[in-house]
Amino acid sequence: MQVTFWGTRGSLPTPLDGRAVRSKLVNALVKGAGKGLDTPEKAEAFCQNELSFAESSTFGGNSSCVQIDTGGPDYLVCDLGSGARELSLAALDKHGPDKPQTYNVLVSHVHWDHIMGFPLFVPAYIPGNTIRIHSCHAKLEQAIRGQNHEPCFPVEFTSLPAKIEFITLEPEKPYEIAGATVTGMKQLHGNDSYGYRIEKDGKAVIYTTDSEHKPEDAAEMHRAADFFRDADLVIFDSMYSLAESISVKEDWGHSSNVLGVELCHMAGARQLVLFHHEPVYDDEKIEGILAETIRFEEITRPGDVPLKVVTAYDGLVIDV
Amino acid sequence: MNCKETKFGPVSVLKVSGRIDLSNADDFKDAMTKTQTDATSGTVVDMADIDYISSAGLRSLMIVFKSSKTVNKQFAIAALQPLLIEIFTISRFHLVFPLFDTVRAAIENQVPDALPEFDAH
Repeated sequence: MQVTFWGTRGSLPTPLDGRAVRSKLVNALVKGAGKGLDTPEKAEAFCQNELSFAESSTFGGNSSCVQIDTGGPDYLVCDLGSGARELSLAALDKHGPDKPQTYNVLVSHVHWDHIMGFPLFVPAYIPGNTIRIHSCHAKLEQAIRGQNHEPCFPVEFTSLPAKIEFITLEPEKPYEIAGATVTGMKQLHGNDSYGYRIEKDGKAVIYTTDSEHKPEDAAEMHRAADFFRDADLVIFDSMYSLAESISVKEDWGHSSNVLGVELCHMAGARQLVLFHHEPVYDDEKIEGILAETIRFEEITRPGDVPLKVVTAYDGLVIDV
Repeated sequence: MNCKETKFGPVSVLKVSGRIDLSNADDFKDAMTKTQTDATSGTVVDMADIDYISSAGLRSLMIVFKSSKTVNKQFAIAALQPLLIEIFTISRFHLVFPLFDTVRAAIENQVPDALPEFDAH
């Protein structure tokens, strides 16, 4: 499988503003002064080798949307946050408007940041396309239809030319979707959310966002770890610090980098992706949290096998 | 995990050792709650001999720290090993709990009246 992150920010889209761009430029120009960066190739090499990711790029600001290429012809997409527009533009660029495609979507829940990309999801406007929107969430269809309805949006759902189907999944029950086996799990989040385990050819990807974990609840911790068991990739809601998530932001429905590491250790997972970044965090902050999380994994590792820890950014591609 | 409580006048010190994780976090919380009840003014948790604490253990500290405010008693954590300091920092609990390098420093800051008895011990 190949996993492409189109939207990684939590709660609402968070575009990089001009001040942040200027700050990165100033920093790069100062660091590159006197280094003879007089060709694009030299400048590119300097950015790649001598600047950190946060200095030379950005983690991005689109809300949740992750594509999982299962090797077949049909798309498999987790959530329709604002990143779904980027995905749809890339798909249009790849296939053109005249070659119908099938898009299978798994929706974690229907809070706005996870469905807000659908009104501008280009494939919905192309006749011949099929969009199958799956979720364990009971209000999926109501929410998607309601979003494409006056006064919230000028294009009515009923006028969209693509064939659009809603499929309600039962948690804990495996389904064959886009050539993969998909199993849902109910998560602790306001108005409910669902995580998905996606398995193909002996590999497993877990998409678990907008999920709070109570560290004192041993049964729930073990249930989550069982869902993550031996996963190759765990895409994990790490929006808050542990201290926030069990104090001032308890019951806000999100988790932390620390619990992501603990649960992946318990599960024997191989790679953790920090996801659903807090909108108030800038690139330096997200990069710092990644470094801390890698260190936390190192000092709390229960055995000899390391858990790889990365942090998601818009455009990240991971082969599983 | 082992716990041992010692009273120094109005302050009780709970010395814990070993690992605190999901399997014993409730026992840790119960021990701290008892120490808090026994103390008239404040509790110091001596963590010099703790080499690991999980999120469940940190939450136990959080629960007792919160309840100490409710009963108007002091609560402090002392003598974290370097690795524990990293865990507290990465989880951001260093911003929540009163942390001190030594038990004596904790008592001196939280309940200075108990210092003579502690020093005489």
